[in-house]
Amino acid sequence: MFRLEARAASSASAAWLSPLLALTLTAITGAIIFLAMGKAPGLALYLYFVEPLTSWSGLSEVMVKAGPLILIGTGLSLGFRAGVWNIGAEGQFIAGALLGSAPAIYFYQSANPLILPLMVMLGILGGMVWAAIPALLKTRFNANEILVSLMLVYVAELLLIHLVQGAWRNPQGWGFPGTRMFPDAALLPMLFSGYRVHLGTLIALAIPFIVWFVLKRTSFGFHIRVFGSAPLAARHAGIGQQRMIWTTLLIGGGLAGLAGVMEATSTIGQLVPKISPGYGFTAIIVAFLGRLHPVGVLLAGITIAVTYIGGEGAQISAGLPKAVTGLFQGIILFYLLAFDLLTRYRITRVATPAGAS
Amino acid sequence: MTELIIASVMTMMTAATPLIFAATGELVCEKSGVLNLGVEGMMLIGAVFGFAAVSITGQPLIGVVAGITAGALASLIFGVLTLSLLSNQVATGLALTIFGTGLSALFGLEYVGKTIEQIEPIHIPLLTDLPIIGRILFGHDPLVYFAIVILLITAWFLGRSRWGMVLRAVGDSDQSAHAIGYRVILIRYAAVAFGGAMAGLGGAYLSLAYTPLWAENMTAGRGWIALALVVFASWRPGRVLFGAVLFGGITILQLNAQAAGLGIPASYMSMLPYIATIVVLVLISRDSTRIRLNAPACLGRSFRAER
Repeated sequence: MFRLEARAASSASAAWLSPLLALTLTAITGAIIFLAMGKAPGLALYLYFVEPLTSWSGLSEVMVKAGPLILIGTGLSLGFRAGVWNIGAEGQFIAGALLGSAPAIYFYQSANPLILPLMVMLGILGGMVWAAIPALLKTRFNANEILVSLMLVYVAELLLIHLVQGAWRNPQGWGFPGTRMFPDAALLPMLFSGYRVHLGTLIALAIPFIVWFVLKRTSFGFHIRVFGSAPLAARHAGIGQQRMIWTTLLIGGGLAGLAGVMEATSTIGQLVPKISPGYGFTAIIVAFLGRLHPVGVLLAGITIAVTYIGGEGAQISAGLPKAVTGLFQGIILFYLLAFDLLTRYRITRVATPAGAS
Repeated sequence: MTELIIASVMTMMTAATPLIFAATGELVCEKSGVLNLGVEGMMLIGAVFGFAAVSITGQPLIGVVAGITAGALASLIFGVLTLSLLSNQVATGLALTIFGTGLSALFGLEYVGKTIEQIEPIHIPLLTDLPIIGRILFGHDPLVYFAIVILLITAWFLGRSRWGMVLRAVGDSDQSAHAIGYRVILIRYAAVAFGGAMAGLGGAYLSLAYTPLWAENMTAGRGWIALALVVFASWRPGRVLFGAVLFGGITILQLNAQAAGLGIPASYMSMLPYIATIVVLVLISRDSTRIRLNAPACLGRSFRAER
């Protein structure tokens, strides 16, 4: 007979071990799925998890994809720690891209070097505004932030489609949906010629360390940690729930908006009907895989980005459907949540006393 | 004109039916104290497996059963994680939606663009032929009636039956229900499975009757709207019907306004159901005592027996 015994403090080693166990088991499950699909599992796993890391261009692509995941994941992890469930980061990403791109669309011949900083700031603002709606409705009317933030994803997607097909459509675009290409001054500089790694990637790598510092060294970070682990104690310590909802949503929205405008001003260079391959949703997995810890999120973002790029490569070279990537992401999260049990509980054997049932 | 009104009522009911199924299932699940945010994922799984089954066998009934079974099985993954392994219900529900989206996209690849025979409306001689009310009362497809039957049975079960009372007790005070001797975890497993089966059926309705085809992400947020409907209904089955028909009505309004060419851009009209959901949530949640009085007290909390 086994019994679960609550640990006094959650186990640190189990906390870092469970993502690794989850990844390993996902790879094994993946092998079984590939076998069932009649594909060679060894080759498929190589294409997914290793191939992207074997060339400079592969590494560059991984980092480009990891950037938005890390930015959004870092923001979401703050909210998740405090029990604020913002799952509409996809909408905040789009809102950031929309507002941030406006200067480049209205001043499409601009060579003013200030246009890019302006766009980045507007991008952050766009994400914050979109996240402020669930924050306001939650704090003012007690409306569930999960559902509100999610509904706003659909609204943002439709707004983007509406603009790129209508008012913002490129008049010289032969009727294709999409805006004009942004002027050079409105594009983030690339770091190395021939590779797509850009300034935004560097910013994305730096942000988790800044957030880590804030969490560790400031009273705000302390408040978030207390709020997540002991809401009652937090209330007694005078940490307001309302303020916590506002700050975590605004930071999460701002970082998602930043990711959105950086995506538009780097690899895409314009607005098109689909600017995100689901970054906002994948970032939820990244946040959990990274244990809601900024540096963990950084590592998790890179790991998930590898499977994204691996999935694209596997589709081209081995005809493996890209949809497998999405399935993997769900499975990783399932395993991770299952192993989380080990961080909070100890499994002990209890001898059943003779005669007792 | 009458023809337009009849057509509108008919479409309103078909738009409401998947929401009735999914919201009724989630309502029972939440009444037992379990918040499953995986409805959207389970609906997609039900939609794709239901479609595949009809595509292979040509039997609508087998498709319906396949959708129900697939949804229930998917919900059991959630059940094992949250009930036996005590994982966080919010996170696990999100995982189920992400998993369901991925699984249905992968499994559905070979069914994209295929067509099947749509589930036909019933036709009862004389009754269906009555002017105006004939078709409104007796001219829907069988699943529309089944949705209402399920809803009535659920209302009776939760409100009048002994086991319904036990289920509510488990959701309101798991520790006391356990102390009296009820198997809290087992009852919650049953509620979760029912929720999954109904979400799967709601998804299958979309791919078999509403639009007889499979497309990636074809639920388009209906699983989330169903979750909002449960809050809207203050956890009461009767109000689920009202809410679902209301949302069906919004869908019709949106379609008709587009057809009538009112000059409102199509994408703005398409936003309507999502914005309406937010507005409705705000109106309902504003009254926090009402939510507190009606929401199951243990909603979202893991249960571990205290000795």
